[in-house]
Amino acid sequence: MADFLLELFSEEIPAGLQSRAVQDLERLILQGFGAEDLTWGEVSSFATPRRLSLIVKEVPSNSPDFREERKGPRLGAPEKAISGFLKSVGLQSLEQCKIGSDKKGEYYVATIERPGKTAQEIIKQLVPDVVRKFPWSKSMRWGDGSLRWVRPLHRIVCLFDDEVVSFEVDGISSGNETLGHRFLAPERIVIDKIDEYKSKLEAAFVMLNANTRQEAIIEQAKKLANSEKLNLVEDQGLLSETCGLVEWPMVLLGIFDEDYLAVPPEVLITSMKKHQKCFSLVDRKNDKLANRFLLVSNLIAADGGEAVVHGNERVIRARLADARFFWDQDRRKPLEDQTEKLDGVIFHEKLGRQSERVSRIVKLARVLATYIDAELEVVTRAAKLCKADLVSEIVGEFPDLQGLMGYYLALEQGESEEIAFAIGEHYKPAGPNDDIPERPVSTIVALADKLDTIAGFWAIDEKPTGSKDPYALRRAALGIIRLVLENEIRLPLRSVFDKAIDNYRDVSGASDLLRKMDDRKLAELTKDLLSFFAERLKIYLRDKGVRHDVIEAVITAGDREDLLMIVKRIRAVEECLVTSDGINLIAGIKRAENILKIEEKKDNRSYDGSIEPQLLKEMDEKLLYAAINRVAEDTRKAVQNEDFKSAMQSLSELRDPVDSFFEHVIVNTDDPSIRENRLNLLSAVRSIAGDIADYSVIMGGER
Amino acid sequence: MSIKFSATDHVANRSLNPQTSFQDLILTLQIYWAKYGCVILQPYDMEVGAGTFHPATTLRALGPKPWNAAYVQPSRRPSDGRYGQNPNRLQHYYQFQVILKPSPDDIQELYLKSLHAIGIDSEHHDIRFVEDDWESPSLGAWGLGWEVWCDGMEVSQFTYFQQVGGFDCRPVSGELTYGLERLAMYCQGVDSVFDVSFNGRDDDRALNYGDVYLQSEKEFSRYNFELADVDILFRHFRDAEQECRQLLEAGDVGESGPHQCVLPAYDQCIKASHIFNLLDARGVISVTERQSYILRVRELAKACCSAWLRTEAGGFDG
Repeated sequence: MADFLLELFSEEIPAGLQSRAVQDLERLILQGFGAEDLTWGEVSSFATPRRLSLIVKEVPSNSPDFREERKGPRLGAPEKAISGFLKSVGLQSLEQCKIGSDKKGEYYVATIERPGKTAQEIIKQLVPDVVRKFPWSKSMRWGDGSLRWVRPLHRIVCLFDDEVVSFEVDGISSGNETLGHRFLAPERIVIDKIDEYKSKLEAAFVMLNANTRQEAIIEQAKKLANSEKLNLVEDQGLLSETCGLVEWPMVLLGIFDEDYLAVPPEVLITSMKKHQKCFSLVDRKNDKLANRFLLVSNLIAADGGEAVVHGNERVIRARLADARFFWDQDRRKPLEDQTEKLDGVIFHEKLGRQSERVSRIVKLARVLATYIDAELEVVTRAAKLCKADLVSEIVGEFPDLQGLMGYYLALEQGESEEIAFAIGEHYKPAGPNDDIPERPVSTIVALADKLDTIAGFWAIDEKPTGSKDPYALRRAALGIIRLVLENEIRLPLRSVFDKAIDNYRDVSGASDLLRKMDDRKLAELTKDLLSFFAERLKIYLRDKGVRHDVIEAVITAGDREDLLMIVKRIRAVEECLVTSDGINLIAGIKRAENILKIEEKKDNRSYDGSIEPQLLKEMDEKLLYAAINRVAEDTRKAVQNEDFKSAMQSLSELRDPVDSFFEHVIVNTDDPSIRENRLNLLSAVRSIAGDIADYSVIMGGER
Repeated sequence: MSIKFSATDHVANRSLNPQTSFQDLILTLQIYWAKYGCVILQPYDMEVGAGTFHPATTLRALGPKPWNAAYVQPSRRPSDGRYGQNPNRLQHYYQFQVILKPSPDDIQELYLKSLHAIGIDSEHHDIRFVEDDWESPSLGAWGLGWEVWCDGMEVSQFTYFQQVGGFDCRPVSGELTYGLERLAMYCQGVDSVFDVSFNGRDDDRALNYGDVYLQSEKEFSRYNFELADVDILFRHFRDAEQECRQLLEAGDVGESGPHQCVLPAYDQCIKASHIFNLLDARGVISVTERQSYILRVRELAKACCSAWLRTEAGGFDG
């Protein structure tokens, strides 16, 4: 057993590619070991801007010998079969084979023996192969060579059992020499012992482990923030990016002019982050942005970082001056005028311009305002302005700030808070964990925006398929579902979809798909959308831990277009299933449904006729009939009032009578009229209960 | 012929100071790369958007022959004009371009030493290579490399050319592009490009960047955005496109010999590209048209590159 070290040393690897690359390296090397029956112990891998490293412990110095006996053709088999066999096992003549026998006679047996290889041999073959075929998403050539790597590859350290494993890849010879930090320790480092690799690099100002670098950045950043009584604005994306740009992180504190704080904080934060990869700081007391920033340098500077800070401050100043210039420009342009410029912006090649999109959103928002309590005028204005910030200078520079800029500009220009929030929140929720707008106007515009998008892409047949969802329509649908459910909104989806699709008919430069859309096609799309939403709803509820079969039972029971009611029904059934009474009730209903299904199929007719009281013979069917009469009205009323819990409660009164009925009454008697009457009785049970769900889908509880 | 300065001559006594003078910055870089072995060329005498357009880069990057050159290239980006009002934006500025083919193994060290030569040392300054993939749609060219940051400021572009004109670069050239105004602003510690000292003097002959170029920025911004005659430009674009094709055809003698007329044709390609940039600044090209104009320039560039590969300098030895 011995350890293996590989380091691939190159020019600066893009920060975003490092962690994936080192995972690939680990996977490919271990796969290669596996293919040669080499085992291994602990594995650690590291990526810095200039190197990918891998240490594999406890690798045996030889792979095991291989021996296998393979059964071949029978003695006297045709020449072709024999030569084919010999070829397949790599033997020259039959004399090298043994002869085996079974009941049917004798046959040739070849013994394949392959001695194990030394780990060195395996590594020598494997590493050049991995380097040549490395799956970089983008790679390049350099100089005179033909090797591809993400940036020029300069050195390969390859040791097994502390000895160099020698090979060459495109002129690069493996060895035991590497380099430390580009500026802080430019001298060559010789790795004699794998155990010393990490410590020698550490001494040469290279923190190999990305997590260590991240922790160092956070620790230094918090310390600096503390010293100024400020808090760090944490940002995992920025942290991993800066960590991929340094081998020895040194965090430094810079200052910018207080005047810039008049610009919305998100603009400053985004500008410093995107352009300069700097962290922002906020006041500990009020969470307000401070005129300080943190930069992550890769240097222990001779002057303590004075020049570095000075330089960065100058660049930040220029960046913030730009941001302030843009903000001042944007502030002066009324949003209403800006919407006119949307005429020149394409929303989607086949779906017309942004200005048309806005008109559709306005129309749809006005429709939605009939279901959600909000002032029509306010809704109309919010919808009209919701995309105006897309043509602002700031959003042009930082697309991530769409919506938020509209919010600030609206407030700045004296729009009401309601309208400003609606503009700011209408892209929400951005993901399954993002907040849902609660203000009615915001909710309406957020719904209208998403419904319009989904309807449009549905109309041009750009639906999500498999793992592909380039327009994030699934996310939009989930957003709609959450907006409706979490705000408890009653929304008839069918007519809303109809309206949303219909809005697309007069899009300029519309594709044939839109222009030729007749009413039948429209109805088809709406139906398709409804089932898409049913699917999304199922996934949403399943993620919330709702039983799959209960969801299915409610959704398949009827033509449901009201998400809120679907969920209320589901909740009622779910609650019912918690008690044993409920479970038995549902089992009874299921039994009734199943018997009916069988008999209806057998007789090729349905049983839903009226019950003749004089044909009720047995005590238990009379009792059931009485119970049905008692319960039917209450249940129906409760369903009508959308009080599904009460409906289930009233339904539960059927539990005992149904149980006794099945215990003592035989449905399939010889007398056809009595049989029919009993089936009609069960049908009445089915019909009352069926207002809530199709119980036959619910699992378990069957007796 | 040799020029001798007398001991009292003011020129002889003065050493270059790239930290205080724009022209000394340029001279220092020229001397550095000349010592390395680059041929120091003069700017190409046509309007180009970047130093890459110089035939010494675009065309010389193709073919098997080694090539090491450095030059200053005035570059024009009509849409970047700000009437001289923005301290960081110019419609005419200078790039210092170095092209090394094949890219040497120590090209990063060579570059860092050049920074040292102009007074940016790595003991005090945080120099970083930050990923930047380069692509020129109108040249059909792309490469991988970095933007080089000095204390958070982008001071150079560093690119390994992979393809030019749609052809693989074999060997690969390394291209270094220094943003001279930015570097000068940095070295001199000024916040506006117009305050950069041009000649480093503090006597009555002192000139700053604004003295030399402010008026030009104002006038050309006006020309680029307001006055350039659109009809004439459209016509010139078509003319350049047509002439480029004619010249390529005229120079093509088939398999029997090298192409005879690549460089004049390429001049027309450069011309078409600049005219397109002017039209773009005038705002008369829509988003969809834009793509098709870029494509038309690229077709010219590709045709020129293809012809170049059939010249002696491009490696033709038939």
